Amino acid sequence: MLFNRAKSIESNIDKYLENILKSSLIFEAGLKEYFDGKQEEFEKRSLEIQKLESESDEIRREIKYKLYKELLIPDARGDVLGLLETLDNVIDTAEMVMIRFSIEKPKVWPELKDDFIELTVASTKCVSELVSATRAFFREIGKVADCLVQVHFWEHEADNIEERIMRRAFEGDFIDKLSQKVHMRYFAERISLLADEAEDVADRLDIYTIKRSI
Amino acid sequence: MSTIIIFLSSGLFLGWSLGANDAANVWGTAVGTRMVSFKKAALVASIFIILGAVISGSGASHTLGKLGAINELAGAFTVALAAALSVFWMTKAALPVSTSQAIVGAIIGWNLFSGSAIDMKALTKILGTWVFSPILSAVVAIVLYFVVSFVLKHWKIHLVRLDGMTRVALLTAGAFGSYSLGANNIANVMGVFVHSAAGMFTDISFGGLFSLNGVQQLFFIGGLAIAVGVFTYSKKVMMTVGSGIYELSPITAFIVVLSSSIVLFLFASRGLQELLISNNLPSFPLVPVSSSQSIVGAVIGIGIAKGGKNLNLKIVGRISLGWIATPVIAAAVAFISLFIVQNVFSQVVY
Repeated sequence: MLFNRAKSIESNIDKYLENILKSSLIFEAGLKEYFDGKQEEFEKRSLEIQKLESESDEIRREIKYKLYKELLIPDARGDVLGLLETLDNVIDTAEMVMIRFSIEKPKVWPELKDDFIELTVASTKCVSELVSATRAFFREIGKVADCLVQVHFWEHEADNIEERIMRRAFEGDFIDKLSQKVHMRYFAERISLLADEAEDVADRLDIYTIKRSI
Repeated sequence: MSTIIIFLSSGLFLGWSLGANDAANVWGTAVGTRMVSFKKAALVASIFIILGAVISGSGASHTLGKLGAINELAGAFTVALAAALSVFWMTKAALPVSTSQAIVGAIIGWNLFSGSAIDMKALTKILGTWVFSPILSAVVAIVLYFVVSFVLKHWKIHLVRLDGMTRVALLTAGAFGSYSLGANNIANVMGVFVHSAAGMFTDISFGGLFSLNGVQQLFFIGGLAIAVGVFTYSKKVMMTVGSGIYELSPITAFIVVLSSSIVLFLFASRGLQELLISNNLPSFPLVPVSSSQSIVGAVIGIGIAKGGKNLNLKIVGRISLGWIATPVIAAAVAFISLFIVQNVFSQVVY
């Protein structure tokens, strides 16, 4: 009985983490399409990520319900729920950034295109390493630390690229209007926010891991 | 019968205090971290303490009997009372104390008062076991720590399942710990009464399935007293152990409880002793040991296994102090109490 219930929560958690990973991959693919000017494909990705987000919310609620109602593990329960809730911020951010792109349709100058792609890749890598760290937390706690190093590395990379974009936008002479420069800065910050959110979860995970080690 | 109960009262009080304090050693972390509810813990603890006392209690109590065969009920009453008072006073003075050490001291007090010769062989065996038990506990904990770490590293059990398993493990270890506690420590509670009171009980047969002799009935009553201690007073102590003195993760708590339970069982089980002897293996003397010291030994063992950072020499010093101070104080209290009971209350104490 106990192990059947545990199995059902385990598969829910696996599905949830899979969705986080998927959303980051859609995010990357979608933004690359946007930077390539493939607006229609991008809009499809945007809808896809919104669907994934609401599905993940449902799974998270199910896990929460099962953890509280059926499996009372007070020591880990709070940590697991806290972890899943902050992970939700990651998928929310990915969704939100894509919606902003869809609504505001910022013009990305060719001089900045590669930097934006690089920033998107760094932020996405940050998320995929976070998902690996979270998987390790559930099954192989000894490997969490290595994954977290990767999360911090890619978050730092994202910060550097974000700064580079802002400098080039403001210091270069290819953008005339201040409003457009600010627009570039804003979108660089938004994409980098995904990495920041991932790092916040990583910090929590770091503490939970210390708590769980015997 | 009422006379017996009156005279047993000091032993029952000792049993009550044992249940109130020592059950927390076994269940403290499980209950303190809310992995196991207090009601469930108290019920399982009570059942297994009584089972341990009745089934395996006679070994350790036999060794106490060798140290001093207290032949008068009033003497046994006074000895148990002296041990209880010593435990009470030393606890109030915040000194480390164990019922096992107090009762041995009190028996020595009776020996001195009655002029009986002290069986030095039994005494040496008891003292040696006291020093050895926390060390053995630490060794067992170190071994178990590495085994559990290996299993966790290689089996890759999902956290959710692991928590479920930990809870079952804590319950099982708790039941085993309670059984060992009953088996090993019933001697402290009822051991001194064996020679004077057990003969007053007639054997009870349960439909030919099994029967309880006088000693077992005595131990059953003692076990009940411990169970009352568990139900009435141990919750507070469990909460303190679980959240205060030493904080352990549920898995480490399992290792600590299991190690100390194994040690208590080794020093209580006659069956195991006979099995070891029949296979020409070194056996363990059947001696009541302190469950608290056993637990502390296991916690120190975990500290060593983790790299020795948490090794607190002060604690080791306090344990050693208990080996000497508790019996000496209890012996003095017993001697004085026996004098008062004999001369003021005109009771035959030996």
